[in-house]
Amino acid sequence: MMLEPDTGLSLAIAQIVQRLKGSSLHSQLERQARGSLHKPEIKLESLKEDIKEFLKTSGWEKRLQNAVYSELNVFPSPCHPAAPPEHMKEPLVYMRKAQGSWEKRILKSLNSMCTELSVPLARKRPIGEQKELLNKWNEMGTDEPDLSLFRPVYAPKDFLEVLMNLRNPNYENGDQPSLKNHLGLIQVPLKVKDIPELRDYFSELGLNTGQLGIDDSTQVPPELFENEHVRVGQTVLTEQDSAAAQQYVRQGCPTALRAELWALILNISNQPEDILYYEQLKSNVIQHDLLVDSLIYKDVKLTASNDDYYFVFEDYLYQVLLCFSRDTSVLEHFSYNSATPPKSYIRGKLGVEEYAVFYPPNGVIPFHGFSMYVAPLCFLYHEPSKLYQIFREMYVRFFFRLHSISSHPSGIVSLCLLFETLLQTHLPQLFYHLREIGAQPLRISFKWMVRAFSGYLATDQLLLLWDRILGYNSLEILAVLAAAVFAFRAVNLMEVTSLAAAEAVLADLSTLKVMPLLQIFLFATVT
Amino acid sequence: MAKNKNAGHKGSYGYQKLKEREPRACIRFKCALTNTILDILRQRPGWIEVKEEGEWDFYWCDVSWLRENFDHTYMDEHVRICHFRNHYELTRKNYIVKNLKRFRKQIEREAGKLEARKCDFFPKTFEMPSEYHLFVEEFRKNPGITWIMKPVARSQGRGIFLFRKLKDVIDWRKDGVRTDDQKDETQVENYVAQCYIENPYLIGGRKFDLRVYVLVMSYIPLKAWLYRDGFARFSNTRFTLSSIDDHYVHLTNVAVQKTAPDYDPEKGCKWMIQRFRQYMTAKHGAEVVETLFAEMDNIFIKSLQSVQKVIISDKHCFELYGYDILIDQDLKPWLLEVNASPSLTASSQEDYELKCCLLKDTLHIVDMEGRLTGKEKRIGGFDLMWNDGPVSRAEGNVDTPVNGSFMANTHLGYNNDRKKQLKQLFKPLHTQQKV
Repeated sequence: MMLEPDTGLSLAIAQIVQRLKGSSLHSQLERQARGSLHKPEIKLESLKEDIKEFLKTSGWEKRLQNAVYSELNVFPSPCHPAAPPEHMKEPLVYMRKAQGSWEKRILKSLNSMCTELSVPLARKRPIGEQKELLNKWNEMGTDEPDLSLFRPVYAPKDFLEVLMNLRNPNYENGDQPSLKNHLGLIQVPLKVKDIPELRDYFSELGLNTGQLGIDDSTQVPPELFENEHVRVGQTVLTEQDSAAAQQYVRQGCPTALRAELWALILNISNQPEDILYYEQLKSNVIQHDLLVDSLIYKDVKLTASNDDYYFVFEDYLYQVLLCFSRDTSVLEHFSYNSATPPKSYIRGKLGVEEYAVFYPPNGVIPFHGFSMYVAPLCFLYHEPSKLYQIFREMYVRFFFRLHSISSHPSGIVSLCLLFETLLQTHLPQLFYHLREIGAQPLRISFKWMVRAFSGYLATDQLLLLWDRILGYNSLEILAVLAAAVFAFRAVNLMEVTSLAAAEAVLADLSTLKVMPLLQIFLFATVT
Repeated sequence: MAKNKNAGHKGSYGYQKLKEREPRACIRFKCALTNTILDILRQRPGWIEVKEEGEWDFYWCDVSWLRENFDHTYMDEHVRICHFRNHYELTRKNYIVKNLKRFRKQIEREAGKLEARKCDFFPKTFEMPSEYHLFVEEFRKNPGITWIMKPVARSQGRGIFLFRKLKDVIDWRKDGVRTDDQKDETQVENYVAQCYIENPYLIGGRKFDLRVYVLVMSYIPLKAWLYRDGFARFSNTRFTLSSIDDHYVHLTNVAVQKTAPDYDPEKGCKWMIQRFRQYMTAKHGAEVVETLFAEMDNIFIKSLQSVQKVIISDKHCFELYGYDILIDQDLKPWLLEVNASPSLTASSQEDYELKCCLLKDTLHIVDMEGRLTGKEKRIGGFDLMWNDGPVSRAEGNVDTPVNGSFMANTHLGYNNDRKKQLKQLFKPLHTQQKV
């Protein structure tokens, strides 16, 4: 049921006001307003207007604007007031059910590992151990705990199997496969954009618009685009306008400005209370040991530590991920995430709600490759609490959609379907050939998308890609890039005769230049 | 004509007296190494490997051969060899110190104290045992700082130790003293005591140094090229001054790292220098990084200038140096050492490719094939850094500053699109080449 535009707007405003009420920004604004009463320009007769004016000139209105903008970006538009809260998580019942079963499986796997190894889900550390950990906080990578018995709870390919089996019970595909049928692995009827729609959506990536990643190459004189773009970026930062920054980064961030621009878009300011919060999380880590900590260690050792470039940041990864597991503020994002945090019960009180806790405290169980979400950020942020906040915000805005089952256009299911549709529509010969040799393209590209290409692309290219994720507030670009990569290597792929050979052709993406690939695929391919 | 002092020794004979710049039908080479350089030489079109006693036009020799044979080997005009006779003026730790000190004094006389400070990129070093007393004086002036004792001639991190107490040196000196009776065939080794840089710039808590490649085609006049690629070598363990006995922390040479207990050969300890440059730009901004790299350019030029007058600039010689640079926390680059035989063994696929391209481009510049005009400012991944004077990035060969600001023709850490550049470079020349 569609809402009237006015009711929709006032509902949205009401919800945002509700969320911002009681936030630290709210109390800061109140304090500022109260403090301004002493100023000569604030007159009793025109109190409201004068305070508003004051907040504008002192930059506080801008901060409020940024906060509202952030809320609009993160939270979905409100549904009908009568809709139950599950609808904000995920409107389609069959998707919710599928996510529920998947979660049961994960939890079962976690519990059985727990029982097998007789390791508690959580335990308090003895004082000696606490002291030791505190001393080693900046070099946890040097620790070599025996992790041989721990297994990742799941890997991307397990998740793909689940997605392949998703079916909409209301949708009858018919027995006869027709041309219109989708030949790929994903068999659910979700709406995905086609190339004309993508061209419109990603219009700033067009051939006539300057891009970082293309127009800043050594062949192009910087006066043509780069210098001006950097100047504009500096202006955006001076104005501290989130919305402007988001628009700006669609053309890419200059390396020197990227850290600040992303922080502006994500509305991270690293206030003293944020630093304090991080320190509190750190002390939680020191005091309690969680089973997921071992999973995190194992993941970092298996993935980031082995990466040619990210190995250097190993210690930062522990400092971020261990704290992340204990951050209960992350639980808020489950209101719009189709997933539900697993519940655990205090020993002996199974089923008794008063003794239920979320496990891990942030409700997110890491899987194989999870640490790669954090690794590229270490290139930009060096102060642990800021790095932490940036990652957390990236997670609750984007990354969570890559491993939960939902119908959201940026959810992994839609991305897979978008990828397969693009490929089948525009490279039908290639798609058919790969399918015939048992090399369904999604089997290869799935892991790229789940990790948002982290660890597959060269770092500078990855950051240019993530610029656009932030700029468009959407993950669809991941699917487009995946299709563009296949298009780029189409000639070689047509010659392979097995899945293994296809994997080999696409094994090394480290030399790819992301922006030219995207531009060619979207704007220079004949449709 | 060949003239050899030693009967048993085989030298090179000018087989065909071709004019120097004329393209040759085939180039005979010899190679003393069995790693990447041999692969590159073998793959080069028109180059043929000669057997032990054959005549050669090109020799990638090792320094010991050079030491024994260079002085009594006649070489034709066109013949090239990959070392300068007395390169050790630049590469041995005690000689470079002497040369830099002398050069610094010269600059101070000619251009003043401020200019002379530009030579302060080499940590204070004293030759042992000859400058022992000077060292002790300096040591006493700065109590508590750490010093590093290095043998002058050994490489790959061998024979090095750190110390803070004079007692450690005195003990070591006692052990090292030999009486005349005890002297044997092997040379008494010289050491240098060098101020240890205690505040290195750390990334991820780890210490690293930079390896940069500089190709010198002649000393008089000084012609030097800078390669765009290079790498940052990381220590495998976290940096701390409390464990100065831990060899593995302080020495970032890959050779030493390889013997560390937690060394994992699958784990790269290197970052390409492009990645390093991007990381620093993201952290400190473009201007600061430009300054840092400009200071590194300064190190390369000044170090070469300091030995310009002492190195025998034989026109047959060229040399590919590996510079080791350490950055401190104030973003000041320090020269640790110059290698005349930088390792050409590859530690990974990426490393192999870097070294292949580096060597290919080196051979392009040596230009045995006579394809170049001599006016090029860029060949593959190499940029002409110094041509008897600074080289500017501006178009053309004349050093006319653009808008009054001179931009050096160096691109360390920039994108190395060498294939494209080489294609453009050699295309027009092919049409001019006589068969």
